[in-house]
Amino acid sequence: MDFLLTATTPGQKFLVMFIAILLFVAVMGIVLWISDRPRIPSWVTVLGFLAPAALLLLFGLIYPAFLTIRDSFRDRSRSDFIGFDNYATIFSDAGFRTVLVNTALWVVLVPLLSAGFGLMYAVLVDRAFGEKFAKTLIFLPMAISMVGASIIWKFVYEFRPNQAGIEQIGLLNQILVWIGLEPQQFLLNPPTNNFFLIAVMVWIQSGFAMTVLSAAIKSIPDDIIEAAKMDGVSGFRMFRYVTLPSVRPAVVVVITTIAMATLKVFDIVRTMTGGQFSTSIVANEFYDQSFVFGQPGIGAALAVLLFVLVIPIILYNIRQMKLSEEQR
Amino acid sequence: MSNAPVTPDTPDDLVDKGRNLDEGPAGTQVKSTKQRKLTRAEQRAVDAKTRLASPWASAFAIVMAILWSIPTFGLFFSSFRPEREIKTTGWWTYFQNPGLTLDNYDEVLFGSSTNFANLFVNTVVITLPAVIIPITLALLAAYAFAWIDFKGRSWLFVGVFAMQVIPIQIALIPLLTQYVSWGLAGSFWVVWLSHSIFALPLAIFLLHNFMMDIPRSLIEAARVDGAGHVKIFFQVLLPLLVPAIASFAIFQFLWVWNDLLVALTFAGGSPNVAPLTVRIAELSGSRGADWHLLSAGAFISMIVPVVVFLGLQRFFVRGLLAGGVKG
Repeated sequence: MDFLLTATTPGQKFLVMFIAILLFVAVMGIVLWISDRPRIPSWVTVLGFLAPAALLLLFGLIYPAFLTIRDSFRDRSRSDFIGFDNYATIFSDAGFRTVLVNTALWVVLVPLLSAGFGLMYAVLVDRAFGEKFAKTLIFLPMAISMVGASIIWKFVYEFRPNQAGIEQIGLLNQILVWIGLEPQQFLLNPPTNNFFLIAVMVWIQSGFAMTVLSAAIKSIPDDIIEAAKMDGVSGFRMFRYVTLPSVRPAVVVVITTIAMATLKVFDIVRTMTGGQFSTSIVANEFYDQSFVFGQPGIGAALAVLLFVLVIPIILYNIRQMKLSEEQR
Repeated sequence: MSNAPVTPDTPDDLVDKGRNLDEGPAGTQVKSTKQRKLTRAEQRAVDAKTRLASPWASAFAIVMAILWSIPTFGLFFSSFRPEREIKTTGWWTYFQNPGLTLDNYDEVLFGSSTNFANLFVNTVVITLPAVIIPITLALLAAYAFAWIDFKGRSWLFVGVFAMQVIPIQIALIPLLTQYVSWGLAGSFWVVWLSHSIFALPLAIFLLHNFMMDIPRSLIEAARVDGAGHVKIFFQVLLPLLVPAIASFAIFQFLWVWNDLLVALTFAGGSPNVAPLTVRIAELSGSRGADWHLLSAGAFISMIVPVVVFLGLQRFFVRGLLAGGVKG
């Protein structure tokens, strides 16, 4: 039965997969069968429906979260209490300060740029010829992995020295050469390399922003638009005085959602630079400290920091939702 | 973003509302009644014309669409060019340096140093249970939260709702320690388990929202007929929830298929479990100049999610709008 843990051939792997699914179905079948017995107390039924999910969440999310918070106050062996030392390191060390500044840059720029591009595009293609196709083009990056997106963009940024007989293979450097500039090592030169990484996330998230905002634009009642039109409002003024105020709640949701996603994103930095050349962000640094550099204490403190940074965004989001509900 | 039914306004109302919105010549009664005679479809056609009439707007949209597609196209096209051509010339010089081949795909899929065929199997084996298990568990929990009365229900639900904001990073180190001590680290089992756990808060929240949309009378009618919770769940709710389940299934599918962090943490060290994303990210660091492998490899990992996405886009958008967003 060794293959259950160390399946090596495709056949074995699929077999293990089917066994796992069957096992799961069997367990759930028994749980539901018990909770559906006649004359069983109702709390057993509730338990049958809720307990599997609740136990998993306790085991895999809540309990580990407490352990991580505890470990963030301990040293690298995870046994000796050292107070706030890990946090002090994060906030005083020059290397970590770069990480924090980069993270701030990401969390501010990605949501604003994505929402901006998404909104512009949603307005421009709204009811236009070929709308559905035009939207799919922008939306498609949402479907692919961030790792794949990183490869796509790394190729765009690829650098070749500007010498006779050597051609550029990266599109962006080729454009620089075409217009008579020197090709650049886009991913190697801080601090501008951060912006080229951020561009990838904007490229991905704009599709999300566009979709949500487009739905918001389409739900603006027709009579408001018609009325504005009859008053001769059109073009930019229509956007400024009719569209924008109507979709404002959706814009807030989009920006906060993307900000939270950006905070946690790690794939892009990992794949494109590995966090070198002063491009690391908190989520990437967490991985390196925890699993590469053997500093679980610092890693835990960074994870807690991520959690703490998410909270104000959530609170703002909730407040805005309440405000817009009151207005209705 | 509710699409509330619009109550029909009289033309006078329209004009009045219009005045409040902005200064400008108020529409006349005659004009507005004329507008009213247009059907919705005709009105949309007129709108389309007025939009395209602004060349700058159209130009901007087209430029943006091109900007968004060219990078993908460039790499995709390059993945079919011979290795030597990719490494020395740009894909836009194709006509001076012609030549298309499937060699890159052949090498990356079956070459001994990459063996993406094997990784593709790993990705599929990881993804299927990691979609089925959390959806099933979340459906049951969502049902309990929506349709069974018990003490502390709303508090528990708020707790689950709040769990959505916990970054999964906070759970990774203790979970890995636990898996290692069980001797399960680096197996499919812990990858499935971890993905299932991390999916639950969002899944329960989303499916609960969809469940609350089902009319109470349907459930109560079934209850009056003497059906128990299990019977109601399978015979009344499940058939109605198929679109909702599809929405979340696509989400979870894309999330697991495209995931790097969970796979890297729990399966990164074992080539027999690691999915495509882990190996591509690794190749990007160790063999970053091998564009013939990176390009083909990247598209092998993208093809399935893109097909699923294009085929089921409708459900995906529905899930997005219902609040299903995961970082």
